[in-house]
Order: sequence, then structure tokens, then C-alpha cells
Amino acid sequence: MPTENLLPLLLGVAWLIPLVSFVVILFFGPRLGTHGKGAAAVATTAIVTSLAMSLAALVVWLAAHPVSSPADGSHAEGHAATTVEEPHREGASVEFVSFSPKAKADGAAPVGAHGPAGAHGDEHHDDAHHDQAHHGEPHGAAHGDGSHHATKPPAYTGDWYTLYAGGSLRLSIGWYIDSITVLMFVVVTFIASCIHFYAAGYMHDELHPVTDSEVQLAGGGNFTREGRFHRFFQALSLFCFSMLGIVIAGNLAMVFVFWELVGICSWFLIGFYFERHSASTAANKAFIVNRVGDFGMLIGLMALWGGLGTLHFGESVNPATGGLQPGLFELVRPEQNHYEQQVPAGLVAFSAADQVAGLARGNGDSAAVHQEVIKDVPGWRQQGYGRWLLFIAGVGIFCGCVGKSAQVPLFVWLPDAMEGPTPVSALVHSATMVAAGVYLVGRFFPVLTPDVLLVIAYTGGITLFIAATIAVTANDIKRVLAYSTVSQLGYMMLALGVGGWVAGLFHLVTHAFFKSLLFLCSGSVIHACHTNDMRKMGGLLKVMPYTGWTMLVGCLAIIGAGVPFVVGFSGYYSKDAILAQGLLFARLNPQHSILYLAVAGGAFITAFYMFRLWFMTFAGKPRDQHVFDHAHESPRIMTTPLVVLAVLAIVAGWAFPGGLGVNGLLEQSRPAGTAAGLTTAELLGTITIPAEHDSHASDIHVTATLTAFVTALAGVLLAAAMYLKPVISPAAVAAAVRPAYSFLVHRWYVDELYHAIFVKPTLALSKLISGFDRQVIDQLINGLAWVARRLAGIDALFDRIVVDGLVNAAGTLTWNAGMELKRLQTGRLRQYVMFIVVGTVAIFVLATLMFRTSLAG
Amino acid sequence: MLIAVGTVSVAHYLIVGAILFTAGIACMAVKRNALGVLMGIELVLNGANLNFVAFGSSYLAGEGRASLGLDGEVMALFVILLAAAEAAVALAITLNFYNNHATVDVDRADDLRG
Repeated sequence: MPTENLLPLLLGVAWLIPLVSFVVILFFGPRLGTHGKGAAAVATTAIVTSLAMSLAALVVWLAAHPVSSPADGSHAEGHAATTVEEPHREGASVEFVSFSPKAKADGAAPVGAHGPAGAHGDEHHDDAHHDQAHHGEPHGAAHGDGSHHATKPPAYTGDWYTLYAGGSLRLSIGWYIDSITVLMFVVVTFIASCIHFYAAGYMHDELHPVTDSEVQLAGGGNFTREGRFHRFFQALSLFCFSMLGIVIAGNLAMVFVFWELVGICSWFLIGFYFERHSASTAANKAFIVNRVGDFGMLIGLMALWGGLGTLHFGESVNPATGGLQPGLFELVRPEQNHYEQQVPAGLVAFSAADQVAGLARGNGDSAAVHQEVIKDVPGWRQQGYGRWLLFIAGVGIFCGCVGKSAQVPLFVWLPDAMEGPTPVSALVHSATMVAAGVYLVGRFFPVLTPDVLLVIAYTGGITLFIAATIAVTANDIKRVLAYSTVSQLGYMMLALGVGGWVAGLFHLVTHAFFKSLLFLCSGSVIHACHTNDMRKMGGLLKVMPYTGWTMLVGCLAIIGAGVPFVVGFSGYYSKDAILAQGLLFARLNPQHSILYLAVAGGAFITAFYMFRLWFMTFAGKPRDQHVFDHAHESPRIMTTPLVVLAVLAIVAGWAFPGGLGVNGLLEQSRPAGTAAGLTTAELLGTITIPAEHDSHASDIHVTATLTAFVTALAGVLLAAAMYLKPVISPAAVAAAVRPAYSFLVHRWYVDELYHAIFVKPTLALSKLISGFDRQVIDQLINGLAWVARRLAGIDALFDRIVVDGLVNAAGTLTWNAGMELKRLQTGRLRQYVMFIVVGTVAIFVLATLMFRTSLAG
Repeated sequence: MLIAVGTVSVAHYLIVGAILFTAGIACMAVKRNALGVLMGIELVLNGANLNFVAFGSSYLAGEGRASLGLDGEVMALFVILLAAAEAAVALAITLNFYNNHATVDVDRADDLRG
């Protein structure tokens, strides 16, 4: 089976299996095994099967598209060679437009047939496919005249099922598969598998009725409920399905659908202990804050759809004409334009609506007007029409990502989401929910203008700094990790914003491994200590060696530890790439060099708080003897995933022989035209987005690597000085900078601020409205009801007296008559005879009197 | 109504029938014995039969009157037949009544009193 059919089949099955598991547990959950224990088996089997499918897809992908050349994308090789001169740089100047990445090796051309009607249909096993355009998209090799500048990355796109087709809009369930899709499938299913195994151990309490010590009943005592083991795995399966749906989605509408599904799943899982007030509040908060971002996303979707009439990433069938319609990427970066970004004609004409209307007034023939508009579009584009619209579209989509990926100003939900069970935190924070935002920015990258990228970079920079500073003072082990996640997501966003497409997504992948590891380790600690408070821990390494050492690996990975230029943990590679890109960006745009400071400063703070966490938890003397005595290593089903993830946290960034590695794989799908840098002076001043390959240049690279190493080392040393060998007393430091300390303890007062400017006014307004409701509307309705009651009373009176009276009178009359007549019937035979005689005589007499004349006649 | 003495006319028969009828009615009204009441009924029926026969007799019909043929006699036969049937039923009722109440006094038979 050719690759373009095999990949959607494999990934489609991998995507749907968790849904099957969800449905099975939904209907048969409590009946699976004792107390629903079998639910874990069902869900785990499903996700492991998905993982197998994803790995198969990865193999298929690599068979069709071998990672091109070790020197091309592999960061690690670059490190090994210390100073690799990029072989294909055309001149040392940073006028990036002329820069061209190496064309894909010849063997990399995908097998896909491009578009023609005859090319599809023969290989399908499923009739539902027949109306779908189904084509492997582009060809790496020779691409017409413009091919020396840029190539389109290999991607496969198509639709499984059309939900709606009308006008030029087509909403469908489809796929867009390139190397990020395949990579994300492997990452998501792998981490989810580990978490499923871990959760089977972690959640065992839920197999029996649970007494929730955090829920006090009014009558004293604690709340006891049935275990919800199966329900946990049910939501977990749906979560995986939703996330995979985002990853495989072939169009933005489908992304949005699964985006919301991820939202509702997070609501289920964060609110898993929904009897606890804090948990239900946190679930609502996560959901509502995400809705705020999604509102922006809807605006972005509408801007794109209104102007372009399509939401597909790649080519799709136009329902109006039946022909092929270019996708968003092609529209924004057309092949004729050498994949350079331009405002699509649709958006230009959309925002130049006045001019179009003017043309239409002067000319009655719509076809002629159409021609005229097409002729005028380049001119309008020069005048800047549509730029704002494209900016709004980009920022709008990014708004959704801000919500999902917990960026400033919508990051407040994520620390509260710690109320969910720890495996959920691990899943939310590594492979699923928060990854979705970064993934979408990466996926949508070709459409984002430099202005949007600047917005993204600043958002990421501010986020990483704020979150990192808050993490420094947090004492709840999970909250430290939560803020570290927010901070790392800021890193990714910043990397994407400064043009580091591979760097950002690379960090997404490596972060997924070490952050899930860190969370599972923290879960193991909490499982053992029954507390989240690090101030009660200490010295746990002795009793929990597996957890302690694997967590150390996670900490080293997140701070990007490594021997400079030789080898390191996974974070070392991805964080260096971000630093290098940030440094390059700062050099080219001195007015934005604060971004680099944020990155470098963030690296220092990250190292400090991560090792603060580790030292407080595992090193030193036990702070609370009771907790320490109680602690124990977790069962094997929980430690095994830790070890597996620890190995991956080390090696995920490595490039193996042949360039095989995350970096090389990502490099394959670098959006067409983004390899070169870009200088613009559009809406937000002059911005130069540097080409990512230039960050591998030795001067930038060495500086960045050394900066990363020194800052991380400084952070670790400071943490050691304060918490391992108390040279500096943390309490003294806190006392010395009391205002700043309390500012950080209160998390920059962001929650208080939001409470004051959003929650309180909303509550006041709702109070006002409910007051109006109660005073005016309720009174009005009560008055109406009163009148109606009175009227009904009169009606009832009439009924009772007149109508009932008549009926009763008739009845009484008949009754009385009957009672009177009854007396005639004496039962005495002789009396009857007398009656007969008298009657006969009477009739005779009457007849004689009345009919006298006739008788006489 | 004048009755010519010496010739027997329908009117004589009617007088006899009326007497029979009245005697029967009186018997029904006066007798407390159920059998006496039944006898009274027979008398009433016979009074009626006499009228039928008298009206139906071509012998008794006056000159120029169209004869009724045998209609009267046939009617009388029907009445006799019905009287027999009625007597059978009535006697059965009486016997049953006697069985239940050990008497045939009709004044005691007021079970159907309203």
C-alpha cells in the first residue's frame, strides 16, 4: 500500500482506538473486572495499540522520507563538530531572503500523486473515501522554476468524512500528516501509555469506596463515596483521543472541535475529586479561562474563513466547483511567490471591500468586476490592505493557544489544575492539553506574520519570566512543577516567535518527556508522603531511590544540563537551540534584546527552583519525621514508567547515526519558505525574523551554549548553597527582600487582580441583575399570577354555584321523584289489580269524555 | 241500550261477558288465595272469549251485516291456549312461592315491594 494511503490508515486507527476504549468503558465500566479494575486494562491496551500504530507510522514515514543529511538538521552532530560551517550558506550577510536551505535529498521525494482525479479511488478499501480528494501533497525534488529557493515539505492531506459542504466552505474530518504529526503521535501515545500504567497503580484507592479526608460533612466526619477507577480511565481515553484529533486534524475547524474536546476532558479530570470545593472550582476555572482564549480563536477562524473560504491546511475539494482548492499554507505562501509570505488575495479583497463595491457600481457585469478585482489585488496589497486582517487572524488563533498553553494573561488556570490526580497533571502538562497550543502555533506557523510572531515572542518571554519567578517561592511540589511548565511553555512560544520553528517544537517534544517524568515522580512522592508540602519532606532519596534518581534526571533535563559541545540531556539540545535563536534575534533586533535576557534569566531561575525542589525533597535531613517514617518506594507499576521516561528524558534530544532524531525529523517538515529569514516593517515596527539555520553559526552557537551552561550552573549552585549546604539562609534572604518575596508568594497578585477586575465586577453585575430580576420581573410575574388566581377564583365560584347547582338540582329532582314513586310499588298483588281496574275505568271515563263526539258519530 | 226481549242478540252475550269479566276482576281483587286469583284470571279471559265468539258468530250478526267468519272463534282458541300456558306458568310460580313461604296468600307475597 502506498505511503499516502498507509499513513492515514495507521494514524487514523491509532487516533480512534482510544475513542473505542472510551465508549467501552462508558457503557461497561463498572462491570469490567472487580470494581471496574478492568477499565485500566482496556484503556491501557488501547493506548499501547495506538502507540504501536504510531510507531509503525513512524517507520513508514522514515521509509518514504529518510532523514536527509546528518549535517542538515541534527543539532547534536553540530555540537560534536563544535564549529560546523553550514555548507549551504550563501554569503555571510544576514539579508536572509537569499538564504536557501539545502533541497531535500533526491530519495526524499514522496510517492504521492498530485491531485489528478484518476489518482485516487483505486486503493481505497472504504467506500466512504470515494468522494475525497486524496493525494500525497508535494514533491521535495524539482518544483518548477522557483525550486532553487525553497521546497515544500512533504505532507499528506485528505478527508475521511465531510460534515458540511456549502458555498466554498467545507467542514470535514480529515488529516494533514507530515513529520510533526507522526512525531507528535509517537510522543503523545508513548507518554500516555506510561501514564496509563502509572495511573493503574496510583489510582488503586479508587477501586474501593473512598473516604475523602478533604471533604468535611456538615454533620462532622468525612465524605465517603464509591470508587471511580473506571471513570478516571474513561476520561483519560477520551483525552488521548481528543489530543490525537488535534494532531491529525487536516483543517482548523476540526482542530477547533478537538480543541474544545480537550477542554471538556480537562474539566472532567481536573474536577475528578469534584466533591472538593477547590477541585470543582479549579475545573471551572480551567474551562472558563480557556473559553476566553477560544473566543479569540473563533475571531481568527472567522477572519480566515470570511476572507479565504477555506480552513484546510492543505489542498481540499471546493464544494462549489468540485475542483481543488488551495489550502491556507498555499494561499499565504504561494508557490509562484517562492513560498514567501504574502497577504492572500481573498483577505486583500475582503478588506478592500469599499473599492470592490466601487468597481461593482461602475460595472454591471460581475465577471468583468471579478477580473478587475483580480487585476487590482496586487496594487491593494501594496497599499497594505489585508495586512491587519492577517494579523488579526494570526493573533486570534494565537489567543486560543494562549488559553490552552497557559500563557500570560491566561496562565492562571494551570497551577489550579493541580487539583486533579497527579497522572492527569502529568498528561495535561506534558503531552496533551498545554502541548496543543504550542503544536497549533507550530502547525500554523506559515500563516503567522512577523508582527504576530513578535506578539508571540513577547507573550512567551513575559510568561516564562513571571512563571519562573513564582515557582521560586512555591512550596507545593506540584505547584512548582506547574509553574515550571508555564515557564517552559513560554520558552517554546518565545522560540517560535523569534523564528525558531524547530527549536520550539523540539523543546515541546523533549519537555513532554522530562515534564511527564517530573510529574510522575512528584506523584510518587505524594503517594508516599500523603502531602504536597515540600517543607515536610527531605532526605527521601534513602527511602525512594528510584523516584529520587529519576527525578534528578528530570531536573537535569529541564535545566538543560550537559557537557558543553559534547553531550547532554535532552533539554540541553532544545534549550540551547532556543537560546541561540533568541540571541540571534536579539542581535538583529537590538530593540527587542530584552527577550534574550528573559531567556537567559529564565534559564538561571529554572535551574534554581528545580534544584530547590529536588534538594528540599530528596536531600538533607527529614524535616518531618512522621512523614519520613511513613514514606516508602512506590510499587513497580509506578516506578517502571519513571525509569522508561528517565531514559527518554536523556536521549530524546540525541541525534543517532544517519541523522535519526527529533531534530532531523522536525527539519523535514519545516514550513516552506520559513527556512529563510524575513525582514519586515509592517505594523509593529521593523522586525527581522532570523533564519533558524543561522543560529547554528559558531559565534552565536558557542555564546548561547556557554550562556546556558553558566546560567544553569549558577542556578544549581545557588540552590545548593541555600538548600543543600545552608551557606545562605533562605529565610534571611526572604526577610531581606520582604516586599518582593511576598509579591512572588502571592503569585504577582494576578489571581487577586483578576478577581478584582473580572470576577468582582461580574459578580456585582450579576447581583445587580439578579436584584432587578427579583425586584421587578419577579414582582411583575407574581402580580400577574395574583390576578390570574383571583380570576380563577371567580370562575370557580360560578362553576360551583351555577353549573354545579343546575346539575345537582336535576339529580335531586330525579331522586326525589324516584323516592316518591317508589311507594306505589307495594308488592301487593291485589292492590295492583285495583290499580288496574281503577286505571282502566279512568281511561274509559277520560276517553268517553274527550272522544264523546266521535263515539256519538 | 235497548234489549229486545224474546230474541237473543249480541248484546246479551256482551252482558254475560261483562258479568264474567267483572266477576273475574272482583275475584282477583278480593281473593287472598293465589289459586283464587288464578281462577279470577280464568274468568276474565273467559269473559273476553265470550265477546270474541259473540262478535264472530254469523248467526248472531244482524241482517245485512258482513259476517266475521271464523275469526272470533280462532281468537277464542288462541286465548284458551294462552290461558293454558299462563296457568301452567302461574301455577309453577305459585308452587315455588308455596315452597319458599309455606303459604299461597298473595298479601304475603310483597317481596317486590319498592
